[in-house]
Amino acid sequence: MTQTRNLIDETGKRTDGRTAKELRNVQIKVGVVKNADGSALIEFGKNKIVVGVYGPREVHPKHMAQTDRGILRCRYHMSPFSTDTRKNPAPSRREVEISKVIREALEPSLILEDYPRATIDVYIEVLQADGGSRCAGITAASVALADAGINMRDMVSACAAGKVDDKIVLDINDTEDKEGGADMPVAFMPNLKRITLLQLDGILDSDQFNTCLDEAIYGCNMVYEIQRSSLMQKYFGNEPELKNIS
Amino acid sequence: MRELIGGGRRLDGRSLDENRLLDIDINVIQKANGSAWVKLGNTEVIAGVKVETGEPFEGLEDKGALIVSAEVLPTASPHVEPGPPDEETIELARVVDRGIRESEMLALDKLVLIPGKIVYTVFVDCSILNMDGNLFDATSYAVVLALSTSKFPIFEIKNDKVSDTGKVQDPPIGTVPISTTFARIGDSLLLDPSMEEEACMDARITITTNSNGEYTAIQKGSNGFLTIEQIKEAAKIAQSKGAELRQKFIGLISNGK
Repeated sequence: MTQTRNLIDETGKRTDGRTAKELRNVQIKVGVVKNADGSALIEFGKNKIVVGVYGPREVHPKHMAQTDRGILRCRYHMSPFSTDTRKNPAPSRREVEISKVIREALEPSLILEDYPRATIDVYIEVLQADGGSRCAGITAASVALADAGINMRDMVSACAAGKVDDKIVLDINDTEDKEGGADMPVAFMPNLKRITLLQLDGILDSDQFNTCLDEAIYGCNMVYEIQRSSLMQKYFGNEPELKNIS
Repeated sequence: MRELIGGGRRLDGRSLDENRLLDIDINVIQKANGSAWVKLGNTEVIAGVKVETGEPFEGLEDKGALIVSAEVLPTASPHVEPGPPDEETIELARVVDRGIRESEMLALDKLVLIPGKIVYTVFVDCSILNMDGNLFDATSYAVVLALSTSKFPIFEIKNDKVSDTGKVQDPPIGTVPISTTFARIGDSLLLDPSMEEEACMDARITITTNSNGEYTAIQKGSNGFLTIEQIKEAAKIAQSKGAELRQKFIGLISNGK
């Protein structure tokens, strides 16, 4: 990726007015889909993603069931109207890959041994895409899994960091993803301090790589606080004060 | 196996940061514009390059098109059935493609005939002939070697029509990306995992570096986790092992031409 114009101005502001270490506006609403066992709607910048979780329930087709543990299935899908040009509703290769890495990002957090012969199905529907949709999808899916009462070791919080104008910035937006230098989505279990998703496209030297990883984890920790407060809001009715992390 | 690895040893006698034997044949397919047959241990991959002309991708009107695909042939293992690619094969093709594309190995801006209308379309198709673990690195090596030893046809434009001059040129190669894959088993990172090692791994990570030793693509895979320290260690090894292998490849490439 070669950059053609400056994406950070003289005052350090980005195309959407944020500073380098600032997240986009994030809101999570828990329990938005009535029929689902657990659900969440996340607005992450202009991303609007709804996640429904069904399960634990019987596996179909039956041969997929495992006798010693439950299985996790994920579908990441973009609505045809979610992008600038209409997206063909048939699942693309990109969506197949993202579904797989999301499943692998969520699985370490779940205690699937508690659900032999059952499946937990996670459906992630991107209603509007704005860059960083896989991270927002993982974040919302983890909240929806908690809402469904699935036994978990930790939440999974996800956030990307990347390189724009040779600077490392947090939470890359659509423009920065398309025109910037590098994008590194990370999913992280904040209490166990374990990384469950890591991807990179773009060029980073050793120092930038280490900074980028540390920044993304800093972002995951901020996202975690938002996940936590959204669940508190649903189950305890009050919004606890956000812990100040730095 | 876990006990063995905890003691720093592996089933096939390798050390944790040791590759399997790598055997490479270049230009094995005469009808392709470039090709490479890579054997990494018992994993065998053949990559072939076909160069045509076509329309540019949407949003990338001033660039040639590069398409990397991968197929696991039914020959590769008794468990493979013919049919549409499964998610593992799609991930494989996309991760290999990302490693090549993001490193800017091929200077796509030099592969334009009529801006916005006609560009070079470079297909690199990979067939997995036999699988014995670490398809990611084997496939990526095959793509890099096939592309960098290929000869691109020289096309010309006459009255808005494309014709093949019959002459060939070296492709515009900017860097030599090297993919390095590790499996985490317990607390150990194993370079170039075999199929048996992959069967019991906790997590996988593939890191691609370019000729400057910069990181250009990463993919964590499999349903386990990695710690921050493990990732930083893997990144370091990827840099040094990548540099070693790149030297060998550059030698092979200059001989292969």
